Amino acid sequence: MSGSSRTDSPKGRDHLLVALQLKLSEIQDPIRSASREDLQEVKLAEARALTPQTAETDAIRFLVGTQSLKYDNQIHIIDFDDENNIINKNVLLHHVGEIWQISASPADKGILATCYNQTSDSKVMTCAAVWRMPKELESGSHESPDDSSSNPQTLELLCHLDNTAHGNMACVVWEPVGDGKKLISLADNNVLLWDLQESSTQAVLSSTAALEGKGQLKFTSGRWSPHHNCTQIATANDIAIRGWDIRSMSQIYCIENAHGQLVRDLDFNPNKQYYLASCGDDCKVKFWDTRNVNEPVKSLEEHSHWVWSVRYNHSHDQLVLTGSSDSRVILSNMVSISSEPFGHLVDDDELSDQEDHHQEEKTKEPLQDSIIATYEEHEDSVYAAEWSSADPWLFASLSYDGRLVINRVPRALKYHILL
Amino acid sequence: MAVSSSGRAGQLPEVRDEAADEEEEAGRKRKAHGMLKLYYGLPANGEEKDPLDPTDVDGAHFNPELFLHKLRKECPLPQLMDCEADMVKQIRALDSDMQTLVYENYNKFISATDTIRKMKNDFKKMEDEMDCLATNMAVITEFSARISNTLQDQHEQITKLSGVHTLLRKLQFLFELPARLNKCIELEAYGQAVRYYGKARSILHQYQHMPSFQGIQNDCQKIMASLSQRLREKFRDGGSSAQALAECVELLLQLDEPAEELCDEFLSHAHSRLEEELAALQKDLELPATSITGPSPPSDILDFIDRGCNGFVSSLCLVIASYQDLFINNPSQETPRSYGIAHMAQEKLVTFVNNLTSHYFSMVERRLQLERGLGDNSLLVRALDRFHRRLQALAKLLPTSDVATAGTEIVVRAAEERVRQYLQALRCFFLDCLTDVRQALAAPRLAGKDSPNLAELLASVSASILNQIKSVLTYVHLFTAKDITFSNKPYFKGEFCSQGVREGLIVGFIKSICQTARQFCETAGDRGGSTPPALLLLLSRLCLDYETATISYILTLTDEQFLVQDRSPVTAVTSLCSEAREAAQKLLNHYVKVQGLIVSQMLRKSVETRDWINTIEPRNVRAVMKRVVEDTTSIDVQVGLLYEEGVRKAHSSDSSKRAFSVYSSSRMQTRYAPSYTPSAPMDTNLLSNIQKLFSERIDIFSPVEFNKVSVLTGIIKISLKTFLECVRLRTFGRHGLQQIQVDCHYLQLYLWRFVSDENLVHFLLDEIVGSAAHRCLDPMPMEQSVIEVICERG
Repeated sequence: MSGSSRTDSPKGRDHLLVALQLKLSEIQDPIRSASREDLQEVKLAEARALTPQTAETDAIRFLVGTQSLKYDNQIHIIDFDDENNIINKNVLLHHVGEIWQISASPADKGILATCYNQTSDSKVMTCAAVWRMPKELESGSHESPDDSSSNPQTLELLCHLDNTAHGNMACVVWEPVGDGKKLISLADNNVLLWDLQESSTQAVLSSTAALEGKGQLKFTSGRWSPHHNCTQIATANDIAIRGWDIRSMSQIYCIENAHGQLVRDLDFNPNKQYYLASCGDDCKVKFWDTRNVNEPVKSLEEHSHWVWSVRYNHSHDQLVLTGSSDSRVILSNMVSISSEPFGHLVDDDELSDQEDHHQEEKTKEPLQDSIIATYEEHEDSVYAAEWSSADPWLFASLSYDGRLVINRVPRALKYHILL
Repeated sequence: MAVSSSGRAGQLPEVRDEAADEEEEAGRKRKAHGMLKLYYGLPANGEEKDPLDPTDVDGAHFNPELFLHKLRKECPLPQLMDCEADMVKQIRALDSDMQTLVYENYNKFISATDTIRKMKNDFKKMEDEMDCLATNMAVITEFSARISNTLQDQHEQITKLSGVHTLLRKLQFLFELPARLNKCIELEAYGQAVRYYGKARSILHQYQHMPSFQGIQNDCQKIMASLSQRLREKFRDGGSSAQALAECVELLLQLDEPAEELCDEFLSHAHSRLEEELAALQKDLELPATSITGPSPPSDILDFIDRGCNGFVSSLCLVIASYQDLFINNPSQETPRSYGIAHMAQEKLVTFVNNLTSHYFSMVERRLQLERGLGDNSLLVRALDRFHRRLQALAKLLPTSDVATAGTEIVVRAAEERVRQYLQALRCFFLDCLTDVRQALAAPRLAGKDSPNLAELLASVSASILNQIKSVLTYVHLFTAKDITFSNKPYFKGEFCSQGVREGLIVGFIKSICQTARQFCETAGDRGGSTPPALLLLLSRLCLDYETATISYILTLTDEQFLVQDRSPVTAVTSLCSEAREAAQKLLNHYVKVQGLIVSQMLRKSVETRDWINTIEPRNVRAVMKRVVEDTTSIDVQVGLLYEEGVRKAHSSDSSKRAFSVYSSSRMQTRYAPSYTPSAPMDTNLLSNIQKLFSERIDIFSPVEFNKVSVLTGIIKISLKTFLECVRLRTFGRHGLQQIQVDCHYLQLYLWRFVSDENLVHFLLDEIVGSAAHRCLDPMPMEQSVIEVICERG
């Protein structure tokens, strides 16, 4: 494995490679690699921000942002070579501050947005900006890692999302489909809709909405619905989830007591337009039909601490990925509320062997909602877990200690869903 | 013999044969004779003589020649002389004998001849007399014939006359019949009248073509019609006695009145009377319904049933009995027709009784439904018993009706309803208990006293529930008491005990306790809810107590009281216990969660609302930390009241003194100065990784054990983990970090004693300080000694 070749090369500040080497050598242990072939691990510095490179649909690529107050923060571009089980990594410097959230443009592989902390002497301000990465890294670089580590490249700033009037940025989300010219950012209690103009070098605030209420209201998270012609977003503040129509910038629904405690994350079902998943500090993952905000459709309580991240699989929405500060990542199979409750209806063409087909039919009973797997590779809180945009069976999770783990959906289940 | 043998000498050979035969025969006879002789002990004739011996003088084959020859040859002379003399003597004797015999026979013959002559004379005389008699008889016969000839005419006339006489008497009776009947009716001797009419009816019917008879018949019919009319009136008249009624019916039946009509009339008459009784009951029943003010019925159930039994049921019994006497068991008529009537009448009676009883039953059921008082059950049971008993009597009278089964069903339903009500009452009681507990928990806080003693509360709640269960069991047990008639019905022996009481009541109640308890975890709201945590704790202990002892005690008690004979499957003690344990576990988990949340909310607010960059140098432990320790202590006290201490890992006595420098020096140092230089990172990561390898993964919201230490550990875990996560979201200045250090040291000093494994606290606090250091812009840790001083100062 090429990981071994990387062991010789840690230079400069790339201490992450050590971890990578450490982990990779672990994986190379024949027994372990035999039993856990679905697993790949990378070790980073403290990090919270993880995103798949959304516009990339061929290569498996994740972007990870580090959090460091003392050193230049970096964005790591993690390439995963599926066939050879090799992880390639490129590092980009992100000088402006520690990265709290990162999101990649759905239209342009090279463009991404980050929320970062800017610290002046006695003030910390969370800002957001849109960046472009160097051209040669856009679609992954297979050049020698020595070069990249010795000479880390810098991101090119396209524009700031000016938030001086609106408060700290909680997150930035791209319009899920389209030309990558629209952004929503959540700043304290404001929803800001931005238009990127002049090849993304200028961000114009096109409309805003503010959440009014007593107390200090702060958005914690938001997602842009891929349905309804991308006119809806959902936001979370405290224990409530709100839906907004971005044309009128008005609230369309509100799940008042969505969770017992703070709502940490949301995600829209990519295939079912009214379905929404949320997670929070009450250790629960809840599934909502936004037409009925009184009662969740389903509620899971599998984690033993706060759930920080919930993600639907982009193609098979019964697969739900959650990451929690109990250091676990859980992959659940929510068949009962998925868009394909009884498995795909596929032609038999794909089945070369008649016997296979036979066996398949026997096991093709309606599945129960179940936990597929609990991944315990992390040793610190997992703040982000994301599906790959290229391979629907692959996902990455990132824990605070900087360990990135790439896992695959168990093969048996994959076949079960496909066949 | 000698003559015959000599006479036949010419045919010797043949004779010889014959003679031989005869000899044989004679020999046989002699032999028999000899044997007889032998038998009688007579001396045998000297030596055995040869029967064929021709020398034997007395023998049949005596041959004088041979005999003489033999004598001459064998005997000497003197003997011959003797023989000769002897022979002569014998001859003489024989001669004299013969003479005597002849003489005697002759005499007899002569006298016989005389007698015959005399007889001849006498018969002649007699013949003459007989002739005379015959002539006389002929004369008499002639006379007699003559007389009868003369008398014959007169005799015929007499016979005719006597016939006419009887006919006339009959006719007279007929003619007089209307008058007689009238008289009978006047005298109210209806029976007599009917008898008369019954005699005449057929004759009148036969001769109705004759005008006079027809007149009589018409008269009679009229009279009889009026009679039957009167009888019917009497029959209809309510006042008449049963005896009189019976008579009426009998007479009417004899008058060929249609039995069906009579039955109907009788029944409708009885119906109206019974309806009155029912109406009275109904009135009684409807009183409470109309008067809203009086929620309880004016008369108790026993009274109601009593009146029903004494009034309605006993009258019904009477009606049935008399009806059966009249129409069904009428012994006087054993004809097929009467059989048909009996059959028809029986059917009518059954429908009649069923109608009325169903009405009655519906009333009883309505009344039973009013019976909601949950106190003493005995009145109801007695009432039901009486009801059932009376119905048994009724059923005995009329076995074909479904009264008995319907009655038993009512009793069964009432019992089931009662059990349901008791279950409801128990549930209410349990909820009331909980409300009381809530009040008890809330009240002292208002009064400012000490917190209520949870152990006492638990004991009182537990005891009162147990008492309530026991008293309910006693009440229910009345249903199966020996002196209650329905208690030996199979339902009450089997299903009632097992399904009704054990499953429905006791198991149902225990399940509902568990369910109610569990509901506190679910509905209490995720934000801590309105349920006081102490109540959760108390309920958890209650459920645990149930699991360990109470359930099996209650079930054993139930099984003993209700000797369950039914083999239907019942809920096992173990499954109930596991349910209770589950509830206890859930409650305790929830308690930990709620308490942990309360503490962690404090910590969270304190971290989130502070500006950690621009804070001043720490001089004190923040108040919130003291509050956390205080709260934890009070929780510790609270839990300690109900749960045992539990086991902790051995810890050093001076744990509180454990130097924070452990991490502040070695581990923290490396963490504070993580360099991106290639030399350092290896150590940093190795160190933190190795440390994590040895520390076990901590499940924050994990199930706790049933002891104090485990509960407190859970709460502290939740609190500290929240603290950690909040710290990681903030950015700290130098003094901010130092404040965290101070706070953590303070927590360190006080929290270790509550948890099972102090390393857990250490680990989490290390993580907090480590994360704070990592999130610090200017990581300058405070001196350990200074921290200690500040903490000691309070």
